[in-house]
Amino acid sequence: MLTLSAAAAEAPRPQPKSGIEYAGSDVRALQADDFGNPGMLWVARGEKLWNAPAGRSEKSCASCHRDAPATMKGVATRYPRRDAGGGELLNLEGRINQCRVQQQGAETWRYESEELLSLTAYVAHQSRGMPVNIGINEANRVNFERGRDIYYRRQGQMNLACTHCHEQNAGRKLLADTISEGHGNAYPVYRLEWQSAGSLHRRLRACYFGVRAEQPAAGSAELVDLELYLASRARGLRVETPGVRR
Amino acid sequence: MLFAAMAGYAVAATPALVPYRIEGDAIQASLAPDPGDPLRGRELISGRDANCLLCHAVAETGVRFMGDIAPPLSGIGARLSEGQLRLRIVDSSRLNPETVMPSYYKVDGLVRVAPAWRGKPVLTAQQIEDVVAYLKTLK
Repeated sequence: MLTLSAAAAEAPRPQPKSGIEYAGSDVRALQADDFGNPGMLWVARGEKLWNAPAGRSEKSCASCHRDAPATMKGVATRYPRRDAGGGELLNLEGRINQCRVQQQGAETWRYESEELLSLTAYVAHQSRGMPVNIGINEANRVNFERGRDIYYRRQGQMNLACTHCHEQNAGRKLLADTISEGHGNAYPVYRLEWQSAGSLHRRLRACYFGVRAEQPAAGSAELVDLELYLASRARGLRVETPGVRR
Repeated sequence: MLFAAMAGYAVAATPALVPYRIEGDAIQASLAPDPGDPLRGRELISGRDANCLLCHAVAETGVRFMGDIAPPLSGIGARLSEGQLRLRIVDSSRLNPETVMPSYYKVDGLVRVAPAWRGKPVLTAQQIEDVVAYLKTLK
């Protein structure tokens, strides 16, 4: 019984639609044009950081991982991820910071810093066009279930859960904006409203703010668990990083 | 006037809500001593306090962008009584527990409310009456 409901919850929509399909033609055109897409600036900065020595080790990402277009290809499709050996569930930002501390002997980058956004965008960009490929297994099932619970939990003064907008009302209008299915397959994205690139967690915090709920910190376990659940909903959607959104 | 309203709101931030009685699908009695002001209600529904237009279209406002998550409210004043409107704004979940309509005059049973809003209803009793008064003009 438990297994059945869990399996059903892992694949709630046979054909998810990316947020870009709900966007206007101007936004679509901007995302599709690598010279016009402002998010490519962060990708370019990320490439520089990939090759820049950091920390006591004076090693760069490239010192170990070499050529990102080859070694990072497909990585973003499998995140958030938990090592077989245990440890916490990490999204790409978390993995980058772990590498900085453990391998480079450097300090972590602050969440939403230009550096962390840029390197995350660069790594995720190497998977552009590849389908999100999150599997739920013994290593991440607890996180998946927590994320799913958050997704369906009413909260805040508005007393709304993610599902009320992004599952039950996707495609409808919230004032002038079309509600999307709330997938994370294009993040980090360049958001016109922000006039900047931003992380998925920044976007999620904006939703918490909108329903007038307590906002978990960017990078917190709650948001990484939710990110995993969202990734499982987005399975099969192609990575778009860097996406463009309103 | 806005300042006065905000100051009054701040002072009255934590006291208990005005009690009300539900009869059928309506709250017959007004929640506030003063009658509702439809002009203030008109301001509220498109402003950030109530934000009704985020989800509902009200053609009479002439506002350019309005949501379509919830039913349009044009002519609602002819379809619903004052008491029915009042309950639907105060606590729609009493009529449909699955509704996406927030309860505008309720502080209990909510979880993880942001500190700025904790213990406060979305609208004051007087604001509820103002919105009801405006909606009654939509006929």
